[in-house]
Amino acid sequence: MMPRPAIRTILALALLLLALPAAASQESVVTGVSTDNIALNATFDGSELFVFGAIRREAPPPTDAGPLDVIVTIKGPLRTVKVRHKERRLGIWMNTDSLTVRLAPSFYAIATTRPLDKILSETERLRWQIGMDEAVRRVGGHNTIEDTTPYTDALIRLKAARGSYQQLEGGVSVIEDTLFRAHFELPANLVEGDYDAQFFLVRQEAVISSASSVIRVEKTGIERWIYNLSRSRPLLYGLGSVLAALAGGWLAAQAFHLARR
Amino acid sequence: MQIYLPIAEVSVNGLGLLLIGGMVGLLSGMFGVGGGFILTPLLFFIGIPPAVAVASAANQIAGSSFSAFLGHVRRKTVDFRMGGVMLTGGVLGSALGVAIFTRLRTLGQFDLVVSLLYVVMLGTIGTLMLTESLRALRRRNDPNAVLVPRRRHTWAHGLPLKMRFHTSKLYVSAIPPFVIGAVVGILGAVMGVGGGFIMVPAMIYLIGMPTKVVVGTSVFQFLFVTGFTAVMHATQSGTVDVMLALILLVGGVVGAQLGVGLAAKLRAEQLRILLAALVLVVCLKLASDLVLTPDEFFSLSLM
Repeated sequence: MMPRPAIRTILALALLLLALPAAASQESVVTGVSTDNIALNATFDGSELFVFGAIRREAPPPTDAGPLDVIVTIKGPLRTVKVRHKERRLGIWMNTDSLTVRLAPSFYAIATTRPLDKILSETERLRWQIGMDEAVRRVGGHNTIEDTTPYTDALIRLKAARGSYQQLEGGVSVIEDTLFRAHFELPANLVEGDYDAQFFLVRQEAVISSASSVIRVEKTGIERWIYNLSRSRPLLYGLGSVLAALAGGWLAAQAFHLARR
Repeated sequence: MQIYLPIAEVSVNGLGLLLIGGMVGLLSGMFGVGGGFILTPLLFFIGIPPAVAVASAANQIAGSSFSAFLGHVRRKTVDFRMGGVMLTGGVLGSALGVAIFTRLRTLGQFDLVVSLLYVVMLGTIGTLMLTESLRALRRRNDPNAVLVPRRRHTWAHGLPLKMRFHTSKLYVSAIPPFVIGAVVGILGAVMGVGGGFIMVPAMIYLIGMPTKVVVGTSVFQFLFVTGFTAVMHATQSGTVDVMLALILLVGGVVGAQLGVGLAAKLRAEQLRILLAALVLVVCLKLASDLVLTPDEFFSLSLM
């Protein structure tokens, strides 16, 4: 049997990216990755990703500022996706209209300490482009569809059903107001490439500090090898597939005859 | 045992897949049919994207016909000349079929068209098989029943471009075998079937080939045509899932061997009725999926 999902850890080291002047409060996110190149073992039921971070303070935490919340988002490589809509025509359900969504993330996960709408104001959310609706906002030119919302909603719904889009309320745990940890489960059909990890510190419905880093995701394992070969050398892959099938069919027949004797 | 299929991009139960392959193999061993026409719809039902199911089925058929082909070569039951003419048609048909496949996919209508084709095809085959086996059951009790003799001369023999086929002991036009091969090639590329159910009757009744070489020659034709189709699909649309094909293949080969043994012990007419019923059930399921209101009105496809 294959191994359990590989657990890869991103450890907090020293990568500091202050996006906001930390004048309002002396708190900032310190985060980073132990290596910017992590290999994910392509197992049948996906893999897990742990992200750790720390909160750096110049002064003791403010007492009057309300609770501290953390948001971590992971965004996979962007892909163009076509969303097709089925309608009944002549008694049969068939695809009629379609909407091309350019630059939809292949993977998008948002982990928060508490429900997102409780910790962040809508203006701040839009400003920092946090949330699935923000992730699939960019829609390709299409003149015949007036209202694209059902399509983008469907994109989010279908992606969420496959585990490609996740909203993890309570997915971030803060330890003693200084360390935080987020845990993501990545689906098996993960796309290889650069993943953007973003970290937000939130107080009083506003982002007080943010940081980001890039995780390079590469998958190992036979499935990945097969997929990559089929995309980079399709002719070789096609010929190889047929040869493998010929050999497989022949071997299975021979083995069966031997077993019968 | 969950297995992740790299091209289909879905996780499926490996054992279930092996069983589906085995079951279809069993049918093909028992009835001497390819089984592609039942395999591909079953793959739709377990959630394999239709385009991947069709292209991988072509790959699987190539693999499963190889050892059968070797057996026929050993027994000298392959008309290579006839097969070659059909193969030429088949390769052209396959190229055309792959082009149709790719076009339908960009239009977003592939799933619909392939389902409709299957409903029509399975409905026809199932009904024909059912009436035929019911008639056979009745005929068994009738001592005066005679077999329909093979017609030595059909309208196909009047066509030009005549060729001599030594193995089949025929001097006929090359057009009918070429056209049959081409039709089967198109069907194989669009539907993921070997096409034996069309080719075998056509070879017997239209061309008038001796039954002895019919199966071997058709196996020769679809070994190469489905192999070619699989390579074309891999390069044109990247929908061949070798992992899927290999699992089905192993199940299928073992199932087929068991089926051959089983067929010798069981009564053919009753079995044929069962197969007809299965074909009709699959047909009805496909038809109802087209007509019933779906749970989800939207679907995604990567560009």
